[in-house]
Amino acid sequence: MRILRRIQETIRRVAGMPDYDRYVEHLRNHHPESPVPGRREYFEQFVNARYGNGSSRCC
Amino acid sequence: MRRLIWLPIGILGAAGWGMLALHRGESVSAAWLVLAAVGTYLLAYRFYSRFLAHRVFGLDNRRATPAERLNNGCDFVPTSRWVLFGHHFAAIAGAGPLVGPVLAAQFGYLPGTIWIVFGVVLGGAVQDFVILFGSMRRDGKSLGQMAKEEIGPVTGLLTMAAVLAIMVILLAVLALVVVNALRDSAWGVFTIACTIPIAIIMGFWMKVWRPGKTIEASTFGVIMLLAALVAGRYVAESVTLAPIFTLTATQIAGWIIAYGFIASVLPVWMLLCPRDYLSTFMKIGTILLLAIGILVVLPPLKLPALTRFIDGTGPVFAGKLFPFAFITIACGAISGFHALVASGTTPKMLRREEDARIIGYGGMLMESFVAVMAICAAAVLDPGVYFAINAPLAVLGGNLQTAAETIRGWGFTVTPGQMQALAASVGESSLLARTGGAPSLAVGMAQIFSGAFGQSLTALWYHFAIMFEALFILTTVDTGTRVGRFMLQELGGHFWKPLGRTSWYPSIILTSAAVVAGWGYFLIQGVLDPLGGINSLWPLFGISNQLLAGIALCVGTTILIKSGKARYAWVTLLPLAWLLAVTLTAGYQKIFSPEPKLGFLSHVTWVSGQVAAGAMDADRGARLIFNDRLDAVVAGAFMLIVLLVVVMSVREWLLVLSHRKAAISSEVPFIESALIA
Repeated sequence: MRILRRIQETIRRVAGMPDYDRYVEHLRNHHPESPVPGRREYFEQFVNARYGNGSSRCC
Repeated sequence: MRRLIWLPIGILGAAGWGMLALHRGESVSAAWLVLAAVGTYLLAYRFYSRFLAHRVFGLDNRRATPAERLNNGCDFVPTSRWVLFGHHFAAIAGAGPLVGPVLAAQFGYLPGTIWIVFGVVLGGAVQDFVILFGSMRRDGKSLGQMAKEEIGPVTGLLTMAAVLAIMVILLAVLALVVVNALRDSAWGVFTIACTIPIAIIMGFWMKVWRPGKTIEASTFGVIMLLAALVAGRYVAESVTLAPIFTLTATQIAGWIIAYGFIASVLPVWMLLCPRDYLSTFMKIGTILLLAIGILVVLPPLKLPALTRFIDGTGPVFAGKLFPFAFITIACGAISGFHALVASGTTPKMLRREEDARIIGYGGMLMESFVAVMAICAAAVLDPGVYFAINAPLAVLGGNLQTAAETIRGWGFTVTPGQMQALAASVGESSLLARTGGAPSLAVGMAQIFSGAFGQSLTALWYHFAIMFEALFILTTVDTGTRVGRFMLQELGGHFWKPLGRTSWYPSIILTSAAVVAGWGYFLIQGVLDPLGGINSLWPLFGISNQLLAGIALCVGTTILIKSGKARYAWVTLLPLAWLLAVTLTAGYQKIFSPEPKLGFLSHVTWVSGQVAAGAMDADRGARLIFNDRLDAVVAGAFMLIVLLVVVMSVREWLLVLSHRKAAISSEVPFIESALIA
């Protein structure tokens, strides 16, 4: 199962999508005081951060 | 001892080049081309990129990267280098490296191959690497910000203006490639139209129904896309449906313009983000498939090494081998656009400094290999077929008969029957004068795929290739329009504050409309152009993209000089000098050449003559003249911007080198990485 998870994360990362679980882990470790967003909130936050001001992509 | 392995690699690469250069007469196998290219890449990566990484840039794994220092779990994230390699590659490779080499094949396969391979090793990969390095050492700053901080505020502003102008030309020319590939093709239009609802469903899937489940949604998207591809055949054969999806070039252009506008004002999760996923996965998958196909089939290259058109009389685009081979192939050899990606998301994700070598330099070598594969795909076609597909209708005459005669006049053979059979085999009514490169690439790819995976599916493979190209071109159209809109808002905000508010709807609508109107105008101009548009727009795009590369190399050189590496500045000065020679010559010829086919201004004179003689109606003449002048102004403006940037950069270099100005680099100071044990 761990391998499957790694593969999924790899595929997502190639397309530029960060991992939710890792983000939660990061928040717990570094900013324990801040609230943890749900999957949907996190996805919205990510999409706006990455595409909000237009991602650069080549011809 | 381990160095000895590089000797046979060098010999094999040299053997490849030897076969390509000396072979005469019958066709030569694509194996030699692949061998020459890959051998050169391996040597360049092992020796030159190592020299750049250690001696010139001084990459240091002990130094913490922005991803480590600023890790926020979102855009600054330390990422495994292979994953980042895939991500970076997907962001830099697009239609450019596929289309340019196909067009440049009018000179034969050799000039393009030499430029793609040596241009990337000494130019393109160096540019990507130096910008990625510079941005990585500056917390992921963009090219424009680096230009501003390293050279000066005016340069920063000029860079932004240049990027915006290039974006407009780029989007127009890429949209034109799609128009030419889809006109009068119900199958193609249906498949591409389906990508929009598929992407919207994916968007809802990822945001509303099952938040964050990108892989599920993308798997669904790819399956639906393949289903749409298969269904396209039935649409094309249906008496009732086919007419609905059979559109003229003008109609398709109108739809693309409308699409670009709507896509850039819709929320990103609904269309843009899911399309981006879809095209990323399709891109990586198809490029792997093409590589496998070429390696399995090792097709013979039927195009000659050099054609007679190196003298500048070619039908695909006007101009001699120098400088136009180097303008036509921009992406794949050196592409200024990559500087935007290399100073965008990638530098924020590097885990260790030394990863920048495989990602910056190696990623660009990979794109160059895509361009080599595009040359292979064009060169597997009979030369007669290649010219029948890529020459404009105005040159070929109205029908297959006249086309066959014209092409015979050039010394190649193609029969009307052959073209009819070919069109039928790929499920199209005609392939004559389908300019823009995409259709001939698709025919070549279909031949390679059917050679590798079975002959029965040629039509399906052809439309797969068309769909694949159109899919990511349209993704570039929507992301590009959006990027253009943000830049316009930022620039406009300096003059009128509310315009700079990126979430204020009137400003969004206004600036989006302005960007779409900009590229839409050039697109329509291309569609109505009697020579098919690619003829004049593609060189303009090539010039602009190479000039952006020139700006990037100026920034790179400044970074090197200011960090005390002036003795190595030749690594960026060498490609910069070459690019300036190529683009300024090409720009000058496009504006002032006395040949009406080549020079915009002499074309004005020619059109005026036609109108005066009554051979052309006055309205049409006036429109052509206006467009010629506009193109001339655009080319001139590009040249002026770059000359200004070069002058200001040289001034800065001289000031620093003569110690009249302190070499202050904006590099973030060294902080030790915790990742290294």
